[in-house]
Amino acid sequence: MAEPVVSIRDLTLDLPLGGDRVHAVDGVSFDLMPGRILCVVGESGSGKSMCAHALMGLLPSAIKVMGGEIRFDGRDLLKQDAAAWADLRGRRIAMIFQEPMTALNPLMRIGDQIAEMFEAHGLLTPAERRARALALAAEVGLPDPERIIRAYPHQLSGGQRQRAMIAMALALEPAVLVADEPTTALDVTTQAQILRLIAELQVRRNMAVMFITHDFGVVSRIADEVVVLQHGRVVEQGAADAVLTRPTHPYTQALLAAVPSLEPPPRMPLPAENPAVEVTGLSKTYVSSAGWFRPKRRVAAARDVAFAIRRGETLGLVGESGSGKSSIARLLVRLIEPDAGAIRVGGSDFAACTGPALRMARQRIQMVFQDPFASLNPRRKVGRIIADGPVAHGVAPDAALARARDLLQLVGLDAGAIDRFPHEFSGGQRQRIGIARALALEPEVLVADEPVSALDVSVQAQVLRLLEDLKARLGLSMLFITHDLRVAAQICDRIAVMRKGEIVELKTAAELFARPEHPYTRELLAAVPSGEAA
Amino acid sequence: MKTFWRNLLRNRGAALGLVVLAVVLVVAIAGPMLFPNSPWRMVQRPFLPPMTVPGFLLGTDALGRDVTAGLIHGARVSLIVGLVSTLAALAIGVPIGAMAGYFGGRADDALMRFTEFFQTIPSFALAIVLVAILQPSIYSIVGAIAIVSWPPVARLVRGEVLSLRAQEYVQAAIVTGHGHGWIIWREILPNTLSPVIVLASLMVATAILLESSLSFLGLGDPNLMSWGYMVGAGRTVMRQAWWITVFPGFAILLTVLALNLIGEGLNDALNPRLARER
Repeated sequence: MAEPVVSIRDLTLDLPLGGDRVHAVDGVSFDLMPGRILCVVGESGSGKSMCAHALMGLLPSAIKVMGGEIRFDGRDLLKQDAAAWADLRGRRIAMIFQEPMTALNPLMRIGDQIAEMFEAHGLLTPAERRARALALAAEVGLPDPERIIRAYPHQLSGGQRQRAMIAMALALEPAVLVADEPTTALDVTTQAQILRLIAELQVRRNMAVMFITHDFGVVSRIADEVVVLQHGRVVEQGAADAVLTRPTHPYTQALLAAVPSLEPPPRMPLPAENPAVEVTGLSKTYVSSAGWFRPKRRVAAARDVAFAIRRGETLGLVGESGSGKSSIARLLVRLIEPDAGAIRVGGSDFAACTGPALRMARQRIQMVFQDPFASLNPRRKVGRIIADGPVAHGVAPDAALARARDLLQLVGLDAGAIDRFPHEFSGGQRQRIGIARALALEPEVLVADEPVSALDVSVQAQVLRLLEDLKARLGLSMLFITHDLRVAAQICDRIAVMRKGEIVELKTAAELFARPEHPYTRELLAAVPSGEAA
Repeated sequence: MKTFWRNLLRNRGAALGLVVLAVVLVVAIAGPMLFPNSPWRMVQRPFLPPMTVPGFLLGTDALGRDVTAGLIHGARVSLIVGLVSTLAALAIGVPIGAMAGYFGGRADDALMRFTEFFQTIPSFALAIVLVAILQPSIYSIVGAIAIVSWPPVARLVRGEVLSLRAQEYVQAAIVTGHGHGWIIWREILPNTLSPVIVLASLMVATAILLESSLSFLGLGDPNLMSWGYMVGAGRTVMRQAWWITVFPGFAILLTVLALNLIGEGLNDALNPRLARER
């Protein structure tokens, strides 16, 4: 067995006083082997990012190292000074961040940013640096490297930016690569490519990779070894196959069980006549003026989109970022105005309503938002947030508050929550409050825009179950927007696949997964990381 | 609320500022009871230096008026002008900024051009002209200061509203069917409060300075003693009788400094994420 490159022993980090627990990371030990990928898995707040930051010497000043050691090159990283860190970072240990747009300097050309890695460590001449930057850009698979090293970050796609970040990380041939959720911000197809690239590079360069993720699909795709963190403690670690197929700790088992399956459960077909919502010819083009002398930029968010949501049905809308699926949601609830098209809800055209009539009609079609932290006004109590809607539609305030209590119980929260502020709740609980707010107006149609994508898997499963249950109990119809095909498979009766503002395929979930027709649908399905242990 | 006060008082500068402001406030409220006579009355021989005659702690000015009495009555004028003109400026700036930010487009363009119109005129010159035209009185001074100091409020509120408008909770309120007024008043404005409070505390300081400058130029309310007027009246004899200008000048300095310290403390306490590490 080879010697480990990095060996972390009993690492303990303290959170500042008044946090939700004493230790951010408590007695964590693991080794990074050359040529192997170690995945550190955990839900938000599990301390997985803290481990990565400790290894890079990037801990926030409020976090105190209380014990343990990180052995690398025969020394303890936790005891070295700033100068030693500056020498080590980039040269021996490199990092890839989650959000490539914010991690790259927007005012520097890609090539210069790669060359800067050499410059920071005083290596090579400017001409050699340029040549190396070009070679690296080619190695990470950036198309047309000559041109791309002269481009600015905003001119690249998300996947290309992440490739540029990887090129920077690889520049000085580090022994260890730390990747902090490097594919979370990317679409599935791009994610698959980036994962393949990381796996290839680490084999070719015999690097040790520490890969932080919350996604078991990603783990099964690239991990050699897995460490599962919960509340800052290691609950399970071992070879990837063993952990994924035979998890011993109940937490790991629960996490794995919470990953939704790609197999859609059997569903009863619903009658197509008399649909709850009928959308025809919906179009929206965003026009942005770039400046006086430049032509206007036109982006078609929706091109002649037509679909119907049957009564009691959940229609899924899937697609990658920029496909226009969120625009459809916002068009449907009239947050943005369509250029053309009709939205028939219960016999009248919702798209044609204006003024007070529009405000009254809004009651029929309500929305659940993506971000549970941004969708509740931080200065209003939960009871008011839920009761505001009915009050606006003429319900007496007392009656509306009483109804808010019932709704909170309906979504699985304590009725006492009405007197508390949103910040006192967790993400999953807030999303339940958001659902209660949408239900308060007793709508016929619920539009859910990525309602679970900001939540951890275990919470995700609970919220999905709640939505499913409520839909059946209240006889709702739902438009469910998601980028996650697994989630779509579990909750949707029919699924529409969107691409560049158009629906390319619309059929029942079972059929879509069994017999995808459109090449784009096939591509999407192929890119989903397999969650069941391979 | 409790944590807000704790954060504010932990900032030593802000605590000091609050103490100074409290002293000025007590003087402004209770002072005229201790010195019930008009500060304009000549009570002793002119140019009496400080602490020479008992009862005239800070001496007398060129006309034999008591400097202590002037200082104490002046505190009231300074604070009233500072507070009222700031409130008036908020009353103009907040609605304009909120409407510009919320409705956007043409309304935004029109309101912001209107705001810029006021910003392009040097504010002190405009204040002088306004007070001169309207005749110097405490009302015209408050009005003039309010008119020259609302544009920054409007710009700040507009910026805040622009970013808050895109928040999902505001969109949720639109989807629920609330009207524009309700959304601005209940959902958006309460969340712009922190930066507006910070700005307002600094505006009070600026307003006090503006009032002093106007009085210094002789454009103060002729019936009310103010610090700026005292500095202006004493400046010609500054070399013979330093105390006539120095004490009111020091009072202005101290009050404005206190307000600035409080403003900075409020900023740290209300925007904890922006606070510097200390």
